[in-house]
Amino acid sequence: MSSSQTTGTQASAENVAVAAEGKYGQGGVPPSGAMERFLSYDVEAFEVPGGREENWRFTPMKRLRGLHDGTAAFDGTAVIDVAAGDGSADGVTVESVGRDDERIGKGGIPADRVAAQAWSAFREATVVTLDGTPEPVTITLNGPGTGATAVAHLQIRTTPHAEATVVVEGRGSGALADNIEFVVADGSKLTVVVTEEWADDAVHVSGQHIALGRDATIVATSVAFGGDLVRVSPTVNYTAPGGSAELFGLGFADAGQHLEQRLLVDHSTPNCSSNVLYKNALQGEEGVTDAHTVWIGDVLIRAAAEQTETFEFNRNLVLTAHARADSVPNLEIETGEIAGAGHASATGRFDDEQLFYLQSRGIPEDVARRLVVRGFFGEILARIPVAELRERLEAAVEAELAVTGV
Amino acid sequence: MSTLEIKDLHASVTTDAGAKEILRGVDLTVRAGETHAIMGPNGSGKSTLAYAIAGHPKYEITGGEVLLDGENVLEMTVDERARAGLFLAMQYPVEVPGVSMANFLRSAATAVRGEAPKLRTWVKEVKGAMDDLEIDQAFAERSVNEGFSGGEKKRHEVLQLSLLKPKVAILDETDSGLDVDALRVVSEGVNRYKAAGDVGVLLITHYTRILKHITPDFVHVFAGGKVVESGGAELADELETNGYVKFTGAAAAAS
Ligand SMILES: Nc1ncnc2c1ncn2[C@@H]1O[C@H](COP(=O)(O)OP(=O)(O)O)[C@@H](O)[C@H]1O
Ligand SMILES: [Mg+2]
Repeated sequence: MSSSQTTGTQASAENVAVAAEGKYGQGGVPPSGAMERFLSYDVEAFEVPGGREENWRFTPMKRLRGLHDGTAAFDGTAVIDVAAGDGSADGVTVESVGRDDERIGKGGIPADRVAAQAWSAFREATVVTLDGTPEPVTITLNGPGTGATAVAHLQIRTTPHAEATVVVEGRGSGALADNIEFVVADGSKLTVVVTEEWADDAVHVSGQHIALGRDATIVATSVAFGGDLVRVSPTVNYTAPGGSAELFGLGFADAGQHLEQRLLVDHSTPNCSSNVLYKNALQGEEGVTDAHTVWIGDVLIRAAAEQTETFEFNRNLVLTAHARADSVPNLEIETGEIAGAGHASATGRFDDEQLFYLQSRGIPEDVARRLVVRGFFGEILARIPVAELRERLEAAVEAELAVTGV
Repeated sequence: MSTLEIKDLHASVTTDAGAKEILRGVDLTVRAGETHAIMGPNGSGKSTLAYAIAGHPKYEITGGEVLLDGENVLEMTVDERARAGLFLAMQYPVEVPGVSMANFLRSAATAVRGEAPKLRTWVKEVKGAMDDLEIDQAFAERSVNEGFSGGEKKRHEVLQLSLLKPKVAILDETDSGLDVDALRVVSEGVNRYKAAGDVGVLLITHYTRILKHITPDFVHVFAGGKVVESGGAELADELETNGYVKFTGAAAAAS
């Protein structure tokens, strides 16, 4: 893979565009505005975005089905199913609560109009509480169906010192705006995998709000395969010292797909850590809208966040022409007392030279391509906690490769 | 008993400025059991010949034939050529990030042998071949050629040669960039491969020093995109003394 390492690089070749921009601020004016992000639960507090705004500039607004501008009817329902949620599973409590429940909002506050829209419009929230060391829980987020639009609200929370694994699977058709809160209690560890396995027509715009208590850990893996447009914006807030966030991502964008990941890790308390590794593969097709991935990695280390340790890395593998990967790592530091901070972004193409080399050893083209993609995603897939899920996702990667028939 | 026949081969390279003719009628036959050395100045088209035989997409064949045991190599895909028994040790081996050497070698062996090698014997086989070439076992877990030094890359080319056991091996400047010890190790690797099977070797080199370790049966002088003189091992000695001047002049006059 010909890699353009770190920041500030651009490369392009016949309808393949890869771009990486980087900003690095040490004190002074925050270059991205992430330090002073506007937050509100109220949709009307946000202007309708036109598409030029910093946080919308990569998103194809026309394909949002009106989730952003008030024209979506929200005529559908997104059913949230919790497997083993009938009260029979030890340590798992599933509740349906109103918006006035005092726990709602403990994960964070919406930072864009679609998240605020979902927040303003939901009537009932599903709250899943994990206590002790329960068996892995699978939650299915069902799209409202072709042509329909819906909002949803889900909160996943742990009790102190719990250790739990949750898989959230997004499936089905239609357009969905939602907020998912992860409230991780003191000393607990939440391992979560969120998959975007939507049908081809689906639009999913999701605000993820992660609040980490004292010495709490989240290991979150985001997997994006399906959908027409998927935009996921996770924010990590550390409410007390000692928190740790490990955020992994795996995306596979086909022709016409737009997969956007917007991370904000907000280090505001001392002695916390974050580690981000997101990998995307892209394969486009002639005559179809470019396969497009967008990765935004904002990491803030505020003045109070001494002894922070953070690293973030985005790698993109462009398999074909007609694909575009945008990558914007951004690290802003307001204190000199940090344990370590780094960021990098590399976008490379699976090029003819690599293919030739592998083939020259007898390896057929399709096997060569698989070898490279499997190798690329290997370190993310290896971390998927549930064996069954890992195997299914491995198979899904293979299936994605079969799509172009190479 | 294999034979590689190259007949009146013409090839051009695709550049931004259009096609540029490089090979201008190469004739050469390599039989099993023979070692041929091709020597020639920089830019004379030696690598182009190697790539054209292997099927690199940048090179277009504009005339002539390449036959392996009578089969038309030029009609085969790159991987088919390798499975038919051709191997090219490249002058500049390609880095493939994310794919481990171990995984790569096993995939290649599976493809060339037509079935996955039995795991237990395979592990031993690879370990033995790596030891022979004085390659640290740790390389098995590293990405293919990524961050390898020039010498390490060349050792791994010969490692692949020893595991894939082709009918005919083309070695493109496998000696360049090697220190004295590495040159000996790599040459011994080539000699072991040669001794173990009824195979042919086409050794492309710029210098005569590797010929002290690998004795050629035939030496060909390559200039201006074709073979301009052929002889025995003694021709290499003459080149060592007089250089290529005599031949580059002849090639210039001929073209
Ligand atoms: N990919 C390429 N693009 C442009 N020119 C090339 C390319 N490959 C080879 N050439 C040209 O073809 C000629 C022969 O190159 P090469 O086969 O590498 O020679 P050698 O291996 O004998 O040094 C040189 O003039 C070289 O510049
Ligand atoms: Mg050369």
